[in-house]
Amino acid sequence: MRSSNTNTLKIFSLNHWYGQGQMRRQVLQSISMEIFPGEVVLLTGPSGCGKTTLLTLIGALRRVQDGDLKVFGTQLYGANRKIRQNLRKKIGMIFQGHNLLRCLSAEQNVQMGSDLLNGYSYRARRDQAREWLRAVGLKDHMSKLPHDLSGGQKQRVAIARALAAKPKLLLADEPTSALDSSTGREIVDLLKKLALEQSCSVLMVTHDPRILDVADRLLRMEDGQLLPSV
Amino acid sequence: MIRDFLGKRKIPLAWLLLTRQPLRILVAIAGISFAGILMFMQLGFRDGLFDASVTVHKLFDADLVLISPRSKSSISMSGFPRRRLVQAMAHKDVIGTTAINWNFLLWRNPENLSTRSILALGFEPNKPLLIDPNFEKKASSLKNKGRVLFDDLSRDEFGPISSWFNDGRLVETEVAGKRVRVSGIVSLGPSFGADGNLITSRETFLGLSPGNPPGSIEIGLVRVKNGSDIDNIVRTLNLSLPSDVRVLSLQSFIDFEKNYWRSSTSIGFIFTLGAAMGFIVGCVIVYQILYSDVSDHLPEYATLMAMGYNLRSLLGVVAREGFILSIMGYVPAYISGQALYALVRSSTKLPVEMSFSRAFIIFSLILFMCMGSAIAAMKKLADADPAEIF
Repeated sequence: MRSSNTNTLKIFSLNHWYGQGQMRRQVLQSISMEIFPGEVVLLTGPSGCGKTTLLTLIGALRRVQDGDLKVFGTQLYGANRKIRQNLRKKIGMIFQGHNLLRCLSAEQNVQMGSDLLNGYSYRARRDQAREWLRAVGLKDHMSKLPHDLSGGQKQRVAIARALAAKPKLLLADEPTSALDSSTGREIVDLLKKLALEQSCSVLMVTHDPRILDVADRLLRMEDGQLLPSV
Repeated sequence: MIRDFLGKRKIPLAWLLLTRQPLRILVAIAGISFAGILMFMQLGFRDGLFDASVTVHKLFDADLVLISPRSKSSISMSGFPRRRLVQAMAHKDVIGTTAINWNFLLWRNPENLSTRSILALGFEPNKPLLIDPNFEKKASSLKNKGRVLFDDLSRDEFGPISSWFNDGRLVETEVAGKRVRVSGIVSLGPSFGADGNLITSRETFLGLSPGNPPGSIEIGLVRVKNGSDIDNIVRTLNLSLPSDVRVLSLQSFIDFEKNYWRSSTSIGFIFTLGAAMGFIVGCVIVYQILYSDVSDHLPEYATLMAMGYNLRSLLGVVAREGFILSIMGYVPAYISGQALYALVRSSTKLPVEMSFSRAFIIFSLILFMCMGSAIAAMKKLADADPAEIF
């Protein structure tokens, strides 16, 4: 086994609840898992089983209530807002809806990602953004607003934006759900190819059975628990 | 420095958020400009009226002024014995005096024969009255009885006196029922109390208003040697002269008049209230614009937070939006303010000018309005929860 400090992600006995008092409901039950650098892991399961909650916990968007959750060796249990904020910069996120900024062109949207990097001039960050758009095959659409792009193109911009911040972990929540099957396939292949070039691990939540084969590992979740791997 | 700046330069999100929504920004600019114009107008009128109340005062060739302690303002001047001016001459630093009668008389418009109240000044034409160097020559014509100098800045209702006069016509009309002839034109300016002015000799003045006791005057101008201590002379004269007269420096005389309009009338209050209304309307508009802008973009702000932008940088975006709006709203307000001031000057002849201090105060108010609204709108940003966008 690889030593634990090279883990991208290490979760041990993670529990999470929603609500207060009698309404309190457990959504995650003693989750334990690991992701290693460069791995592509798919997480599937019926809706409402806690996949997205797990993703938001890993993405440092929620406070950890109980259990160990380490991303790049940083303990998130009891982490304050500043730690979580800094961690988010190193984690790329791709959302179900593309969540692009409506008022920015494709290029500017991607640059919002590279703007998070320190130590580059404006020109260098802009060039990086253009490079990423070329890599996702949108070199002729750089100055278009999201409004003028198709669903697949928007999701490509979102991938470019997530990768532009040079993350070492990419979280994707059903990135293909709004796309038709062939476009969904393309997007996922592209995502995997680019992530591997950056030696970036990927954790993808999906319902889509057609893309399961891109995974190095497949995790199944049900009722807040991870099922033993097949 | 420049390298550092280029390193920090980011996508101008605030600017793009505003400019990619042309309709919203137009509404915002219109609202802020409207508030700015309202404040420019109200404060301009207020200051203009205060300034107008002392247009004549400022032109007096005097260092000190004697008035009756019962005088409250230029529209209610009381008389005092002219002998006091002679007594003031006894002070070693005093080099000259001018006695002035000051009252409202009825002027008949020679064109349509209607009458209107005009402020008449009577003085001895061989003494200095105004600092204007051309005035002395015009004043010498007043040595003939029944001659008056007419103020061409008086309102048009007094008749086309100056154009008739400049055409070489003999302009004669009635003042207080007695015939006078216009023998010259001066430029003084109307005030809130007086729609027009005329200057004549004391002799003619007393002939026009026979009720006035000949030994009584309303204003005494006193000139002192160059370089004398004016405050000291004011004190000495106030002590040595009887209590039926009050000695003021010219500046205090001007302040005395302005102060009457400021504190004893509702002008100051009304116009300041008007400006405050403009300010409040502006606040409401900017707040509405910024609040709905933040609400509309809440998922996008949450996305930015999920990407790793901290709350402070997002608050900075809203603050920058407020700042941009204040500049974009102020410029048209300033330009329209200048245009409206010109309009007011030409139609009311009030000295409404764009002063640097007012331009600055209104800019500060607009900036305060926009930044305050931005801060209020920022509260909405707290609703941006990155955990909700998955």
